[in-house]
Amino acid sequence: MRYLPLTPEDRTEMLGVIGVDSIDALFVDVPASAQRSGTVDLPLHAGELEVEREMAALARRNRAAGDGPFFCGAGAYRHHVPATVDHIIQRSEFLTSYTPYQPEIAQGTLQVLFEFQTQVAALTGMEVANASLYDGSTAAAEAVMMATRVTRRNKAVMSGGLHPHYVETVETLAHAAGVGTQRLAVAIDAEDAVIAAIDADTACVVVQTPNVFGTATDVTKIAAAAQAAGALLIVVTTEVVSLGLLKSPGEMGADIVVAEGQSIGNGLNFGGPYVGLFACKEKYIRQAPGRLCGETVDADGRRGFVLTLSTREQHIRRDKATSNICTNSGLCALAFSIHMSLLGEVGLRQLAAINHAKARALRDALAAVAGVEILTPRFFNEFAIRVPGNAAGIVETLAAHGVIAGVPFSRLDAKAGLDDVLLVAATETTLDIDITVFSKVLAKVIAQ
Amino acid sequence: MRFTKDHEWVAVEGDIATVGITAYAAEQLGDVVFVEVPDLGKTVKQGDGLAVVESVKAASDVYAPVSGEVVEANTALGDAPETVNAVPETGGWFARIKLSVPAEVEALMDRDAYEAFLSTL
Amino acid sequence: MSMNSVGRPTRPQTANDGARGPETLTGARGLLQDEALIFERDGWHKTGVDLPEASAPADDLGSLLRTAPIGLPGLSEPEAVRHYVRLSQKNHAIDLALYPLGSCTMKHNPRLNEKVARLPGFADIHPLQPQSTVQGALQLMDRLAHWLKTLTGMPAVALTPKAGAHGEMCGMLTIRAAHEANGQGHRKTVLAPTSAHGTNPATAAFVGYTVVEIAQTLDGRVDLADLESKLGDHVAAIMVTNPNTCGLFERDVVEIARLTHAAGAYFYCDGANFNAIVGRVRPGDLGVDAMHINLHKTFSTPHGGGGPGAGPVVLSEALAAFAPTPWLVHGDDGFALIEHAGEQSAETAFGRMSAFHGQMGMYVRAYAYMLSHGADGLRQVAEDAVLNANYLKARLSDVMSPAFPDGPCMHEALFDDSWLEGTGVTTLDFAKAMIDEGFHPMTMYFPLVVHGAMLIEPTETESKQELDRFVVALRALAAAAKAGDVERFKGAPFHAPMRRLDETLAARKPRLRWKPVAEAPLAAE
Repeated sequence: MRYLPLTPEDRTEMLGVIGVDSIDALFVDVPASAQRSGTVDLPLHAGELEVEREMAALARRNRAAGDGPFFCGAGAYRHHVPATVDHIIQRSEFLTSYTPYQPEIAQGTLQVLFEFQTQVAALTGMEVANASLYDGSTAAAEAVMMATRVTRRNKAVMSGGLHPHYVETVETLAHAAGVGTQRLAVAIDAEDAVIAAIDADTACVVVQTPNVFGTATDVTKIAAAAQAAGALLIVVTTEVVSLGLLKSPGEMGADIVVAEGQSIGNGLNFGGPYVGLFACKEKYIRQAPGRLCGETVDADGRRGFVLTLSTREQHIRRDKATSNICTNSGLCALAFSIHMSLLGEVGLRQLAAINHAKARALRDALAAVAGVEILTPRFFNEFAIRVPGNAAGIVETLAAHGVIAGVPFSRLDAKAGLDDVLLVAATETTLDIDITVFSKVLAKVIAQ
Repeated sequence: MRFTKDHEWVAVEGDIATVGITAYAAEQLGDVVFVEVPDLGKTVKQGDGLAVVESVKAASDVYAPVSGEVVEANTALGDAPETVNAVPETGGWFARIKLSVPAEVEALMDRDAYEAFLSTL
Repeated sequence: MSMNSVGRPTRPQTANDGARGPETLTGARGLLQDEALIFERDGWHKTGVDLPEASAPADDLGSLLRTAPIGLPGLSEPEAVRHYVRLSQKNHAIDLALYPLGSCTMKHNPRLNEKVARLPGFADIHPLQPQSTVQGALQLMDRLAHWLKTLTGMPAVALTPKAGAHGEMCGMLTIRAAHEANGQGHRKTVLAPTSAHGTNPATAAFVGYTVVEIAQTLDGRVDLADLESKLGDHVAAIMVTNPNTCGLFERDVVEIARLTHAAGAYFYCDGANFNAIVGRVRPGDLGVDAMHINLHKTFSTPHGGGGPGAGPVVLSEALAAFAPTPWLVHGDDGFALIEHAGEQSAETAFGRMSAFHGQMGMYVRAYAYMLSHGADGLRQVAEDAVLNANYLKARLSDVMSPAFPDGPCMHEALFDDSWLEGTGVTTLDFAKAMIDEGFHPMTMYFPLVVHGAMLIEPTETESKQELDRFVVALRALAAAAKAGDVERFKGAPFHAPMRRLDETLAARKPRLRWKPVAEAPLAAE
């Protein structure tokens, strides 16, 4: 077996050094009832060629986004990732290292995290950011829990534009921890409605911009209202490329910003692994979840970096920790950071402008299709349309014609009564011909 | 000055008790990097959590050695947590508590008893 | 005052580097470049991508448009490659040498797994595209589930958790849901040994449980009498790691499960150490109700400098119905996902753990690894992992002090620091000196039940030659410590990319980002 270096002779010799005569003697503490003599009922080992063949066969049964017209968004976006990114993250020293607990031999990872934290803080317009969380949805749940610690209040108000899967993720964690949640009625353009729901128990309001329908919102007023009432404003963004074009949540007064960072540096990967961005005002940092990297000096006085403020974390605080999180999303954060370094401010702004232009072109094309109504008033690269009939059915029909048309809202929330709403996204990867094909096929399917 | 088995000290003047951690505790903890002192007006019962003191690798609760109301907190520790290491039993105090059960003080160890207790650890 | 961790020096002490020669004039050390931050390179107007021109944004965004600068520097492609390659060279890695971090299972990461994870059919599919267009992905998830269930002897698995700690949360929420459904919602206590991973009590507390510690016997196992005395109608679950964090198999695990079930509680097993028994012992045969499996440990998905991980949770019959959404089911037209609690058969699902279907990229890698090893190879993995750990224990026991000398260990060997007593060298010093000798230190100061703990997990992917090289280094260091060569330890590391770092300073004066306005250089007080 190619991954196992020990030879039969090695094993015999090593057992001799240990002073036992068989490997079974090392498993002597396992109860007899659980001892198994043979192998479990699964196939035996296979060579690299056979494994690759089987995996390729499975992969072929999926329709890749790049295979044709493709318009899915709703929390995961298809962008072009420069080849350099994937090359660097496969370097042994990044790919096969552990959490940087020994900073003297982990400065590579640590400096990247310090740069990543700075990039995320700049992008979101916040003072500080952590070294990443699992993904945007779990980051949103962590942010809500943090707000309850900061305010010592016990209720979260979520807007009707927050991604329904994020709502469910927040509810899972909040309810387990005894924190109340209130989700406002699903609405395409009503993030402001959270203001009326703030009361003396409200720890935070959670709004999304651009929201799940793609609507971009100026949250300045929401921030002021929340803070006046002693609550925090948590702003969620699932499409970070939007921050190249739109005002940052920090500029608009957010207390905590969480984002799904997948769009930069990371592929679609059927939903994971992704990278949760988490940024906040500096005064709240000791209540923040997850790892933090900080600057310091070594014994020679040279600048270096270490994980810091660890007493918030589970391995020290145990049952009093700010979160149970142990890992971050290290390699995905590295991919984000490399891609962001390649883009720079110039590239990010241009990328964002292209995305917005593609989405406007898509809007214009779809608006011309008889029976289609554009629902989202202000958007970045994603918007909602109303189609005549069931959106999920139309998506299936279009898929049969080779067009992946977007995400039916009912897939995210079947109870909202929005079965005729379809979420569509366009990015720099969208070709003009894709838009033409989509609108033509859609027109044909609707006409039938 | 009186002491607890959890390594807090208490010095009483009138009905006000000043509370800190002992030199032994400060030494064991290592470099103190952060201190969370209590809010003014907080009432505590003997044994309740009063403050949190953190080194790089440990976060420890400081328990109230006596019951009462917090009337003063050493907020200067926020910018200078190293004071706890430098002068734990003077300038490194955490809070002043207005005693509600003065008799609690007498039941705590005196310095000799505390030294004797340390020698058993 | 409570003390829940072992105090140890967190800033450099004496710095004797006499023999190392003068500092270089540039700050570089041979191949190791002194690499500035990306923010210090004046790349504010640079970019490393070529994008087409875009038309100006429509004015319908009005005041939402960004006007202020963001503050993100750019690098051309060659500069970017060089920046990250230079940084990479300051990291230790499994690909470089033994990485014996106990509890972490730092094994070889096969590159075939990386290759197949990048097939567009896996890497370039969207979690919400029509299910009819991702049947291969769903089939892979189904097969992975089948392997995990078969290897553990458990009837169900929740794939979505994104890491071990997330898996723990999934397991505990499942248990909570089951109790509530059975009218046992009053059970609010979780029992866990003092030796548990910090995530166990953190998870239990996070989902609203109170944690009570279980005592440990002198031979490093759960104290059955203590467990029995603490079980009762108020206990929701026990959380026990097996093999445990001392590297020992819980001999009485079947009895632990029996007592737990008799008290009406569930048995959550922390599966962090599954590598020791994979393919040889099935947790289902031990009475476990829920156990997370760290795909990044046992099934070789790369640790990536701290993630991403993946932590699927296998579940017993009693818990299966409460697993989180999405559920993968066999429908009339192939595989289907039930994505919302309360829908179809997922009536009792406790909810959702995250936005999508979990760590697909990790599933692909883990499944490729399983296929490569097969049932026979995985059994050999466990046996070689245990053999390697016992070999190290045998070869080091006369110079270091094993915490539990009697009987075999499992896949990791635990030492305490009693052998360093009187040398003036601490566990931390010893670890830092190992860095100079080219090895990553073992896990230090964990588990908390052993003084100055050193937990060594070699894994099965180390050759005997590499183990012997490690033994020679550790024996030489041990001899040096005992011979009074204290300077070698106190100032270490001398030969790493950096000397010992001042963690105290970092915590007292947190600088968590680069700032545009130059700050005075940090200096030790």
